[in-house]
Amino acid sequence: MNFLAMGGYGFYVWGAYGVTAIVIAAEIMSLRAHRRAAARLAATTPQSENSP
Amino acid sequence: MGEPGEAASRAMAREGAIVPERELEFGVGAALRWSVARDLRLALRSRSELGVQLMFYVIVVTLFPLASTPERTLLAIMGPGVLWVAALLASLLSLPRLFASDFGDGTLEQIAMSPYPLPALVFGKIVAHWLTTGLPIVLLAPLLGIQYGLDATALTIVTLSLLVGTPILSLLGAIGAALTLGVRGGGSLLALLILPLYVPVLIFGAGAADAVRAGLSASANLSLLGAGLLIALVGAPLATAASVRIALD
Amino acid sequence: MRPLGGQRRGASRKRGGSVNLYQLASPATFYPFAGKLAPWFAIAAALLTIAGLWIGFGIAPTDFQQGEAYRIIFIHVPTAWMSMFIYLVMGFWSILALTFNTRLSAMMAQSLVPSGALMTFIALWTGALWGRPTWGTYWAWDARMTSELILLFLYFGVMALRNAIDDARRADRACAVLTIVGAVNIPIIYFSVQWWNTLHQGASVSMTAAPKMASIMLMGMLVMAFAAWFYTIAVSLWRVQAIILERERGAGWISARLGLAGASR
Repeated sequence: MNFLAMGGYGFYVWGAYGVTAIVIAAEIMSLRAHRRAAARLAATTPQSENSP
Repeated sequence: MGEPGEAASRAMAREGAIVPERELEFGVGAALRWSVARDLRLALRSRSELGVQLMFYVIVVTLFPLASTPERTLLAIMGPGVLWVAALLASLLSLPRLFASDFGDGTLEQIAMSPYPLPALVFGKIVAHWLTTGLPIVLLAPLLGIQYGLDATALTIVTLSLLVGTPILSLLGAIGAALTLGVRGGGSLLALLILPLYVPVLIFGAGAADAVRAGLSASANLSLLGAGLLIALVGAPLATAASVRIALD
Repeated sequence: MRPLGGQRRGASRKRGGSVNLYQLASPATFYPFAGKLAPWFAIAAALLTIAGLWIGFGIAPTDFQQGEAYRIIFIHVPTAWMSMFIYLVMGFWSILALTFNTRLSAMMAQSLVPSGALMTFIALWTGALWGRPTWGTYWAWDARMTSELILLFLYFGVMALRNAIDDARRADRACAVLTIVGAVNIPIIYFSVQWWNTLHQGASVSMTAAPKMASIMLMGMLVMAFAAWFYTIAVSLWRVQAIILERERGAGWISARLGLAGASR
């Protein structure tokens, strides 16, 4: 359990690593939503006359 | 090359510009003189607006002791910083009008199309802006500094630092004003963009009086401010002109 | 939709499937290229993270002065490095975008901004949590943390400007100018904050003074730095694909790429 307690500094160490993990996860989820929305948008936009 | 230039020259001639006979005269000097004169004339037509901006400065400076304490020693420490922060805020308040009215009625486009060098025209606008915004602040600062119980040395240093610093505020601010031309949320967006760039000016400017209070010389701060001014004098008009063209395209 | 004009249309592949550098400047060609590259960087980032955390928690010893709290540096320092590095890369793409007037360079800059802001935020957050047990305070107005905070404001500024301008090309150029002006100012800002800090705090702590580095600790930080770098590359490649789809929608190659009915090819 020393791993979790981190010599008494558990709050700080896990507060740091934990928020980092949350924030990275949030970025990845947001990126996936962005990509899905962009694909949907591109799929439903009719091909313009100027394009090959 | 002749036609847009001619139409623009005629438009500018109507505004009292010196329209040269030959292309060789479309120089920096002519551009500057015309631009400063025009912008000053326009600004002085709405004198009340200038007065309002100056009152804003005075009121903000008056707010800080009300928010904290009228205790003299503390005020003397806070004073230069407050005068500086208020100068920053007053500058941000006045910057949108640098280009806004010209942009609104299409004059800015004419100006950009003219054969005069755009950085020079822009620089003229910035000079006029400083004369109507920064200079009054510099002149008022000693008076307001007395409210904060600053002694003669501190008053001199603060005024000097504002004298060198407020032109930098106008120069850097112009870049932001050009970037946010006609854009949603203009004023606050401008503040968000420009305030980080203002931080060194604030640190060296307000720090000058602080250094003197600590018994050191203010010369290092003022020299750094001066160096910053020189860099801004060269770089800012170019960046602003580029930003104006981007906004107009 | 605006015509693509001036840019190559579609993916003009050479025989043999190789693509030269100029062709990559076309969003249409870059899109599949990014798609192929990103997963590799993501995998590398994941592996490096595991390795870095193993070094950081499994191998590196407890610090004599700071105890276990110092282990935060394995995130704090790499993300602080990345926050600066990403801004410089944004500056690089911005210079390209303004010089060559290419859409893709501007899109690359656009794809990096959220990642940079994120790295900056993590650096600030972990720095505060490291500062509290080590020096007794979450925030100490020291030079590096204060500059990092201003860097976050610079990132927010670029994001705000991008959102405020509707025309994509105007936004490209305006953000490019802003990024370059910001990049030029960052050293000045850092110098001025350091100046201010030394004047006022004298011989005080720098919140980012790491413990005397055992080389294993340095190794851990380097591994995590590369992990963060490859993660950023992967994320920004995937993000630029989304940006390309949004901004190039209506172009013919997209229907073919997305495998939709009614494609011209």
